Amino acid sequence: MTERVSATINGRAFAGDVPAEELLLDFLRDRLGLTGAKQSCEVQVCGACTVLVDGNPVSACCFLAADVDGREVETIEGLAGSDFHQRAVEAFMRHAAVQCGFCTPGMLLTAKALAARGLRGGRDEIAAAMNGNLCRCTGYRSILDSLTELLGGTP
Amino acid sequence: MTAVGQNAERADARLKLSGQAEFTGDIRLPGMLYGAVLHSPVAHARILSVDTSPAEKLGGVVAVLVAGDLADIDPHYGHALRDRPVVALGTVRFLGEPVAVVAAESQAAADAAVAHIDVRYEELPVAVGLDAALAAGAPLVHEKRARAGAAHGLGDLPDADGNVCYRYSFRRGDVERAFEDAAVIVEGEYAFPAVYQYAMETHTTIAHWQAGELTLWSSCQHPFLVRQEIAVLFGLPLDRVRVVVPFLGGGFGSKSYTKMEPLAAAIARKAGRPVRILNAVHESMITTRRHNMTARMRTAAAADGTLLGRTAQAWLDTGAYADNGPRVTATAGDAAPGPYRWHAVDVCAHCVYTNTSPAGSYRAFGATHLQWIGESQLDEVARRLGMDRLEIRRRNLLRPGEEVRPGGKPLDADLVGDVEKAAGAVGWGEPPARSALDNHRRRGRGVSVGLLAAGAHPVSTATVRMGPDGSVTVLVGTTEVGQGARTVMAQIAAGVLGIPAGQAVVRGTDTRYTPYDRSTGASRSTTVAGLAVQRAAQSVLDALLETASARLEAPPQLLTVADGGVRDPGGRSMTHAELVRARFGFDGGELIGHGRVQPEGGSGSYAEGPVFWEVCVAGAEVEVDLDTGVITVLRTSSVADVGQAINPQLVARQDEGATLQGIGNALFEEMHFAPDGMLLNDTLLSYRIPAFADVPATMRCTIVENGDGPGPFGAKGCGEGALAAIPAAIVNALADAGVPMNTLPLTPERVWRRIQELKIS
Repeated sequence: MTERVSATINGRAFAGDVPAEELLLDFLRDRLGLTGAKQSCEVQVCGACTVLVDGNPVSACCFLAADVDGREVETIEGLAGSDFHQRAVEAFMRHAAVQCGFCTPGMLLTAKALAARGLRGGRDEIAAAMNGNLCRCTGYRSILDSLTELLGGTP
Repeated sequence: MTAVGQNAERADARLKLSGQAEFTGDIRLPGMLYGAVLHSPVAHARILSVDTSPAEKLGGVVAVLVAGDLADIDPHYGHALRDRPVVALGTVRFLGEPVAVVAAESQAAADAAVAHIDVRYEELPVAVGLDAALAAGAPLVHEKRARAGAAHGLGDLPDADGNVCYRYSFRRGDVERAFEDAAVIVEGEYAFPAVYQYAMETHTTIAHWQAGELTLWSSCQHPFLVRQEIAVLFGLPLDRVRVVVPFLGGGFGSKSYTKMEPLAAAIARKAGRPVRILNAVHESMITTRRHNMTARMRTAAAADGTLLGRTAQAWLDTGAYADNGPRVTATAGDAAPGPYRWHAVDVCAHCVYTNTSPAGSYRAFGATHLQWIGESQLDEVARRLGMDRLEIRRRNLLRPGEEVRPGGKPLDADLVGDVEKAAGAVGWGEPPARSALDNHRRRGRGVSVGLLAAGAHPVSTATVRMGPDGSVTVLVGTTEVGQGARTVMAQIAAGVLGIPAGQAVVRGTDTRYTPYDRSTGASRSTTVAGLAVQRAAQSVLDALLETASARLEAPPQLLTVADGGVRDPGGRSMTHAELVRARFGFDGGELIGHGRVQPEGGSGSYAEGPVFWEVCVAGAEVEVDLDTGVITVLRTSSVADVGQAINPQLVARQDEGATLQGIGNALFEEMHFAPDGMLLNDTLLSYRIPAFADVPATMRCTIVENGDGPGPFGAKGCGEGALAAIPAAIVNALADAGVPMNTLPLTPERVWRRIQELKIS
C-alpha cells in the first residue's frame, strides 16, 4: 500500500507515492539520498536521525514518511549554508566539538529548533533541552560550550 | 610557527558539520543487496536441520547462506583463538549467534525472509555467567581446543582448562612473608559488569566480489588485520582482498579486529552481487561488549604505609568466542598490582568461555576492570592507618625509570606529579564540603592512579608525497574513528616539513594503496603510526634539503626550514614547490618518502612491551543522597600525560569523552543477561549511556608534557587512561563519603542497599 505525499523538503517541492510503512529516515536516506541524518538507536533515544518537520525536531527513525504530507522537512543538507549553520559551524570549530561526527547533524538541527523557539540562557537549560541528542565521543562539554555561545550569548 | 603543538582546525569537521562525511552506511553500490542475519534463539544447542526453502521463495530474496555453503573453505576465524565459525556449524554457543544470512533486494525483504528459515534445535545445558561456567561439571562451551590465531601477540597459549581458554599469571617475591609481616591486610571480592561500547554507528560492512577479488567497505578499526583474517578464511593472497575504511562513527574498541566482515563476504560470494550488512543496535550489542568480571584481591601494608604484598585473581567472561579476551585478560593481570613498589605480588587472570555473546575490546580494557579494585584497597589501607590517601601514594608510587614488570618497559612518567595535579583539581586541600549540607547528603573525594600497557604491536608504515605545487598527501593506515587522527597525522607531517597543518592532507585507508599499519587502538596511533609519518616526512625533507643545498650552494646543515620553504644563512630561499620542480626539471614529478616503525630488537610481543605506559590518573568529588542512593558527580579531573601534545584541544577532547564513558561505566551502564543467555536490555531505552545532563559541573583535564614519549616530538598516546581512572576515583570518593562499594555500576538501588547495610544515617 502506498500513500500520496506532497511535501517541501529542504525548500523543494516533493510529490510522489511512498509505501505506507516507510520510515522518514529510510525515505530521506534511501529514496532522496539525503544521508546526513544517521540511523543508530531506532528507538527515539539517541537523536542521530533528528530532522525538522515544520520546524520541530523529530526522530526520523520513528516517524512515518507519509506523515510529512503537507509539511516542511529540513535536514542537515538543507540547513547547510544558512546563516545559522555558518555561525554553528564556526562555534563548533572553535571549541573542537566534532569528533566522529555521527551525532553532529542531529545536534545542529535540534539547536536550530531551540534557537527558533527563542531559547536563551544558561548551560543547564541548554543541557536539559539537548538531552535527547546523545554523543559518545566528546563528553559533551565542547558541544555545550559551542551551543552556549551560539544560543545563549550573542544574539 | 610549527604545526606541532597547535590547536589546528580538525581536517574533517566542516565535512561532518554539513552532513557530507561518508560513513559505510551511506554508500550505495550499483546492484547492492541488503543482508539480514538469522540469530539463534537459544544459547547452546545442536542444530538438527535448517530449511531455507520457504525464505528462498519470497519475493526479492536473492540468496540465503547457511553452514553448508562454506564446505570449500576452513570457515573458522579469530585473531587470538581461531574458534569462531562464520555461521554456526552444527552447534550454537550463544543466544544471538548467526545461523544464516539472507541477501535481498531491499532491507525489508531481507528482514522478512529471515523469519521464514526453519531451524530445529536440540537444546544443550547452558553455562551462562561465570559461576555456571566455572562450576564443577559445567557444560563445555567448546568441546575442543581451538587453534591459536595469528595476531594475539601473547606467545604460547596455555592449554584449555574446562571453560578457561586463557590464563595470565605472574608471581614475584615472597608473598607469604609479605602478608605475615603486614600491619594491615585489606581483602575483598568484587564484580564488574558487562558493558556495551555503543559506537553510535553500528557495525556496517559491504562486500563485493569481482573476478575472484574481494573488496570490503567496513566500519573497522584495524583494516590490515581484517584483510589478513579474510584472506586466510577464503584462501586468497593478501593483495586480492581490499579493505576500504570510510569515516567511522566511533569505535572505542568495538570495531577492532574482525566483526561482520566474514558474514558479509560469505553471503556476497554466494549471491554474486555486493551485499551490505548494517547491524541494528541490538545486533551490535551481541557482536561485542566489555567483559564482565569477578575478582578477589588482598593488599598488605606495613604500619608506616609501606606496601608489602598484593594478590589478585580475576575471571573475565569472554562469552562464547574468545575475540580479544586473552589480550584483555593479560592487560587486566598487569593492571592488578597498580604502579607501586611491592615486596611481593601474585596475580592470576582467567579468560572464561560462557554461553553469552562474545566480549572483546573496549577502551582501556583490563585497566578499567582492575584499577578501581586496587585503588579502593589502597584507600582502605590509608584509612586504617590514619594516613592521607595522597601521602600513601607518594610513598609507594614507582618513579620514572623503575621497573613496572620484569623484562618490560620501565616507567616513563611522573606519576606523583600527575596524581597531585588530579587531586588539586578536585579540591583535595580544601576543607570538607559536607558541613554545608543537610543530613541526607554526603560528599567525598577520591583519586586514582594506574598504568595501561599501551601501543599494541610496534609496526606501522607511512608514505608522504609532495607534488610539484608543494601539496602534501599523507598515506597512513590509521583509522579516523573520531579521535582526530587525520588532523594529528597532518600536523606531524606539516611540523617536519615546515608548512601549515592544513596544507598536508590525510586520506582514508584503502589497503590497496595505503601502507601497512597494524591497528588503531591501544592509544598507539599518534605514537607509533605518527612516528612512521614523521620519518616519511623527514625523508621528503631530506630530498628537499639535498636539492636546496645544490641550488643555494650551501651545506644542508646551515639551511633552515620554515614557511613552506628552505632558507640559507644569507636569507636566500626557495619554496618547497620550486625545489620539487627544480629537482625534476619540469612541472611534473613527486617526492615520495617512506617511514617505517618496527620492533627494535625482539618480536614486539606483549611480554617485551609495552611501547609506552599510558597513565591513568583521575580525581573525583561526588555527592550521595542517603535516602535514595543517587550519586551526583560534582567534579572530575584527569591527567593526560602525553609527552608532547600534537594538538592540545584534541587531547582534552579525548579525556573529556573518556571521562563521560567512565561516569557511565561507574554509575549505570550494565548489560543484563537472563539465566538462559538472553540479553534483556538490548535497546537504548533500557541501556542508558551518559547524556548532556550527566556532565559534571566541573570537568578538568590537565595536559602534562614532559617530552618523555617514544613517539614523534616526544609524544605518547592518550585517550584511554581517564576511562580506567574515573570509575576508580568515583568509587574512592563514594567510600570517602562513607559508602564503600565492591560492585559496579553504582546504581541507586545498589548504593541504597549498602547504605542500609552499613546503617548510615
